[in-house]
Amino acid sequence: MQFKATIISNQEVSPGYFRMRITAHPELTGAQPGQFVMVRVRDAIDPLLRRPFGIFDVGTVPSEYPGCSSATYLEMLYKVVGKGTETLSTYHHGDHVDIIAPLGTGFDLGDPEEEKILVGGGVGIAPLYYLAKTLVGRSRVRFFLGGRTRDDILCVTEFERLGVETYVSTDDGTLGDRGLVTDVMERHVREDGRKKTIYACGPMPMLKAVAGIARQTGTSCQVSLEAYMACGMGACLGCVVKGRDHGDETPDYRCVCKDGPVFAFDQLMWV
Amino acid sequence: MKRPDLSVEIAGIKLRNPVMTASGTFGYGEEFAAYVNLEKIGAIITKGLSLKPKAGNPTPRIQETTGGMLNAIGLQNVGIDAFIEKKVPFLRTVNTPAIVNFFGNTVEEYAELAERLDKIPEVAGMEINISCPNVKHGGIVFGTEPKAAYSVVKAVREATIKPVIVKLSPNVTDIVEMAWACADAEADALSLINTLTGMAIDLKSRRPILANVTGGLSGPAVKPVALRMVWQVAKAVKIPVIGIGGIMSGTDALEFMLAGATAVQVGTANFLDPAASERIAAEMEQYLVNNGITDVKELIGALQV
Ligand SMILES: Cc1cc2nc3c(=O)[nH]c(=O)nc-3n(C[C@H](O)[C@H](O)[C@H](O)COP(=O)(O)OP(=O)(O)OC[C@H]3O[C@@H](n4cnc5c(N)ncnc54)[C@H](O)[C@@H]3O)c2cc1C
Ligand SMILES: Cc1cc2nc3c(=O)[nH]c(=O)nc-3n(C[C@H](O)[C@H](O)[C@H](O)COP(=O)(O)O)c2cc1C
Ligand code: FES
Repeated sequence: MQFKATIISNQEVSPGYFRMRITAHPELTGAQPGQFVMVRVRDAIDPLLRRPFGIFDVGTVPSEYPGCSSATYLEMLYKVVGKGTETLSTYHHGDHVDIIAPLGTGFDLGDPEEEKILVGGGVGIAPLYYLAKTLVGRSRVRFFLGGRTRDDILCVTEFERLGVETYVSTDDGTLGDRGLVTDVMERHVREDGRKKTIYACGPMPMLKAVAGIARQTGTSCQVSLEAYMACGMGACLGCVVKGRDHGDETPDYRCVCKDGPVFAFDQLMWV
Repeated sequence: MKRPDLSVEIAGIKLRNPVMTASGTFGYGEEFAAYVNLEKIGAIITKGLSLKPKAGNPTPRIQETTGGMLNAIGLQNVGIDAFIEKKVPFLRTVNTPAIVNFFGNTVEEYAELAERLDKIPEVAGMEINISCPNVKHGGIVFGTEPKAAYSVVKAVREATIKPVIVKLSPNVTDIVEMAWACADAEADALSLINTLTGMAIDLKSRRPILANVTGGLSGPAVKPVALRMVWQVAKAVKIPVIGIGGIMSGTDALEFMLAGATAVQVGTANFLDPAASERIAAEMEQYLVNNGITDVKELIGALQV
């Protein structure tokens, strides 16, 4: 659905990372974790295309006005990397953006009996918060969070407040363990032999490592991908990735915007 | 005041208003049905179709540029069998003409596609793409050599009784010469422009951004070029011309009509505003109302030079 949203708040949570809360249509409370939104940053031709962002959180709060029904909000967690996110970061309470949401196919919540392992790198934790919120109370959830340095580690307290066991690692050791988050996660998966499902979102090298661990350990695993998008609805075919059976003679391209952004790792070609 | 008449006719296809959706920017119609009332636009033009499914180019395939975007999708499409089986049933449910855009590697392939599409009642007309810059084989030679264009249009003409629109490439020295060749081969209408070949470079890696190196430029950045070409071609041929290129608003669309277009197509604008085509038609109507114009056809080619 397409709607004009009002910005409720837009805070810098760590250098270069912002958390934006906007008003949303009540139907958005039905969004699946892993789905995303397309944001028209300005009503102008620069930046031209919409920008995709994962759904960090959706919820309802009592209205500011007594007697009025509750209000639905949607949150995004974003990193400033270029024109669009730069512009977004200048917005304040009361400003507007145009939103299309919810888009894409989200995470499969899987068997409640199995432990859920969430792995996020940098701003890749964005869709994992709403996932964690949906999973806790249903399954046991552990969250492995990695970044280059302490500034890339976001929202740890939010996850802990959900009651999720959280493990942090940074490449330079400025927060949590020193090293790769995937190494810490792999140790846990191998030591604790029970059946699990892994959910991962972050940079491609991290996702490749996670997919490798899932394959070796026979663990089921879903990854959330990023791709450059123009339409967000399966029409332009700009966002495709290679599916498992892709070959020159047997094209198997999957749309990240429509078939994903969440894929079972064994549905994709990783080379 | 009575509502103004926005209807136009292209080669026997009656459009309730002059706004169509450009091929490749609107999927097969279905993708946008939740965002736009398809019965408020003139026609739907579907993604370029080939005989066999086509994989398209490696990624990255798109890149935003100043006032526009580059794409090198490489004509990925489901192929005609899957089109008939999976896409036509939806088009049947919509009370708006569907025009099928297609391309082949050889004259024979173009003719075969036309023959097969001729038999599908849901297909109101065909738009032959002789202008895609993103495929290595075929395509482009038909779009840049008048003789080749003539032979392909002629073959399609003989294969179907349905309206045949030829979509021209702007990547030529003389667009009028191309238009003449297609008109001589009895095309019913011409649409222009397709994308302009461009490229984007990443200074950091010193590499092209698109995997295909070059891509097709579309969006507001191309509008002045498109307007010029529509104007030149509309003056030169007797068949209707459809204007395409950077149309974002009713004003843009009406400028194309003044330049000589009978109808327009909206492409890139669908990505930023999925309801763009419906909105543009409404904005055109509003302009007519505001200016006391009773029939949009009065504006076609009304440019004073
Ligand atoms: C499904 C999906 C969900 C996403 N969720 C989030 C999120 O929750 N939080 C977040 O911060 N980011 C997210 N992204 C990435 C985000 O869309 C891009 O960072 C953003 O579009 C960049 O816009 P810009 O105008 O600031 O950058 P631009 O000026 O367009 O580009 C600056 C740089 O960013 C890179 N970039 C541009 N677009 C993308 C893209 N789509 N994916 C990756 N890199 C890109 C380019 O390579 C370029 O070098 C998501 C992307 C997708 C596809
Ligand atoms: C992503 C994308 C895919 C396209 N695919 C096709 C196609 O399959 N066949 C075709 O004839 N034109 C195709 N085009 C060209 C458009 O139909 C149109 O001619 C062009 O984008 C200029 O119009 P615009 O500036 O309004 O986008 C494509 C354009 C884009 C942006
Ligand atoms: S972004 Fe257009 S098809 Fe995915």
